[in-house]
Amino acid sequence: MDEYTSSELVSIFAMQGFAGISLFSVLLLMALGLAIIFGQMGVINMAHGEFMAVGAYVTYFMSSLTENYFPSFMPYYFIFAIVAAFIVAGILGYLAEFALIRHLYKRPLDTLLATWGLSLIMQQSFRTLFGAREVSPALPDWLLGSYQPTETIDIPINGMFVLGLTAVVTFAVFYLLYRSSWGLRVRATTQNRTMSGAVGINTKKIDRYTFALGCGIAGIAGAAFTTIASTGPTTGTLYIVDTFMVVVFGGAASLFGTIVSAFSIAQAQSILEFFISGSMAKVYTLFALVLILMFKPEGLFASKVRR
Amino acid sequence: MKYSRYQTRPNSLRRFFVKGLIALPAAMFLSATCFAATPPTAEINTTGLAITDDTVTVGILHSLTGTMAISETGAQEAEKLAIKQINDMGGILGRKIEFIQEDGASDWPTFAEKSRKLLVKDKVAAVFGAWTSASRKAVLPVFEKENGLLYYPTFYEGLEQSKNVIYTGQEATQQILDGLNWVAKEKKAKTFYLIGSDYIWPRTSMKIARKHIENVLGGKVVGEEYKPLGNTQFGSVINKIRLKKPDVIYAAVVGGSNVAWFKQLKAAGITSKKQTLLTISVTEDEVLGIGGENLEGFYSIMKYFQSQDNPNNKAFVAAFKEMWGEDSVIGDVTQAAYLGPWLWKAAVEKAGSFDVDKVVAASEEGDIELKTAPEGYVKLHKNHHLWSVARVGKWNKDGQATVVYESELLEPDPFPAGYQ
Repeated sequence: MDEYTSSELVSIFAMQGFAGISLFSVLLLMALGLAIIFGQMGVINMAHGEFMAVGAYVTYFMSSLTENYFPSFMPYYFIFAIVAAFIVAGILGYLAEFALIRHLYKRPLDTLLATWGLSLIMQQSFRTLFGAREVSPALPDWLLGSYQPTETIDIPINGMFVLGLTAVVTFAVFYLLYRSSWGLRVRATTQNRTMSGAVGINTKKIDRYTFALGCGIAGIAGAAFTTIASTGPTTGTLYIVDTFMVVVFGGAASLFGTIVSAFSIAQAQSILEFFISGSMAKVYTLFALVLILMFKPEGLFASKVRR
Repeated sequence: MKYSRYQTRPNSLRRFFVKGLIALPAAMFLSATCFAATPPTAEINTTGLAITDDTVTVGILHSLTGTMAISETGAQEAEKLAIKQINDMGGILGRKIEFIQEDGASDWPTFAEKSRKLLVKDKVAAVFGAWTSASRKAVLPVFEKENGLLYYPTFYEGLEQSKNVIYTGQEATQQILDGLNWVAKEKKAKTFYLIGSDYIWPRTSMKIARKHIENVLGGKVVGEEYKPLGNTQFGSVINKIRLKKPDVIYAAVVGGSNVAWFKQLKAAGITSKKQTLLTISVTEDEVLGIGGENLEGFYSIMKYFQSQDNPNNKAFVAAFKEMWGEDSVIGDVTQAAYLGPWLWKAAVEKAGSFDVDKVVAASEEGDIELKTAPEGYVKLHKNHHLWSVARVGKWNKDGQATVVYESELLEPDPFPAGYQ
């Protein structure tokens, strides 16, 4: 290591630190929507990845629309695409809950199968609508490239963008669940469904909106990830494993657990990856995860829920 | 069964002459090799293939669904274009080509099962298909057992030669060695960082690359890294590369990962202004997803680029766009897939028969050549691979490459000595 100056080493250390934080924000954004649905409703949504793909395709659609009809609008469209992704994925989630999920609430294994079927249907629809090839939306210039605080440090702008977006979404979710009256009703329903119904909460409506919210957040995540990777019909399946890993490790019904879990998995992964090869880093991370789950089967932060 | 019906037909001789007469002016006009007379079916088909007096059936076996559909779409489009063009010229031995298409669904056992169906049930005379090495390895035993004939279009790792397969893409040495020589000479590169996806093709390619760098070029490999297929996080690897400061990043990342890899390189400020990057896994198809702006100034080593400026290629690109839409792009493998039906046609006409053994024997004489290939001139070697030219392309923002280097015609060498 003697051929490096100390300032170079410090720069690489800083950039590596950011790589870890960036991975953390990606994992968290993926897992938030699933954590809400799984934690608050107990539904295992296997189609979560596909709702993310919906968000990504909406972004792609908006980008080609802007490129062809309003080219001068190009620098700003991305913000609107995120909002559109949230709305479209949310509406689809609402419909899925209405048509499918609500009939299966008492049968957790059946929801697993049904949402998996839904994910296959959605994948084939993407293939029919957008083709089998992967697509990438044209990104506004301000999202490309890197920010250079010093001569030797490059911080990816898309990474910072995802980080910022994750922070906004996380605070919004916290506010909604823990500070709004709607959140109070959601939490009441989670803790005791019968009692909540008895005091006049429309638990069916709560379920539907919770599911739509979770899917909408998946849509936001999908839109954000178009800055990092491309979108194809099966993109969703790439994300679903990591997403479940974060949620299960964090403890099913705890948002705080999800955050801690995303942070520890991301740091373990990126630090290990720096010193050993990528595949082995993943193996060690998963191995550690399995070990911890053996001793804490409920995840890091088990919820205290009366069922 | 089918052919015996025609065996005794009394007027087959007359048909032979009449068709020959009709086709004669056309044949003279096009070229001497496509003489379209119709020999009797019994003569040209002694093994019970699906051939009638005026049609011959072939199979197309690519993934139309699943993760590989992205890459394989272009290949099957090119094969259909070639078949259509051959039919427009009068077919092969007076027979129009019909095809049965099966979906390998990106699943290797499905590939094996579908190839068995094509060979045993449909009795197709040849199959154009497979894309990944994994799918080729899966269908290989089926083709060898049933004595079928496969035209395989993808550039691949080599170390294979089967009687029943014609490889229309380049094997490892035709792609890797010349690219490394070029970058060592042109960019004075001494240190290399190798990165690929974690499966057989990148690993074998990197093994060959490392031997060449260390033993022939006298350079040094400062890092070698494999990422799981589908991985989208390259932050840590990029920092590792920064730490090692290689002269060249040598990349074989595939699929969706590829897009993430180049987007993140650009986002990390590693662009062609500061860093030389040579990849063996980016064609025009991949650029669609990656985006030209993320690749600008980086290099690919292939045998074909859509931008190649020769009359064959211009006609090919125009015909492809007419059939499959103005927006289609054509990558290296798509072009190699296009060669398949033409090479088969040449071999069948040389053999004067559709029988697999005779077609293979004709192919193995090593003098079948295509002067009209979009990539330029190609010739089939007796080892079932093609002589071809390696080209280095420099990517532009618009998703097309400028060819900056062409090798001479390279002899295929699937079992390179000293590289195993």
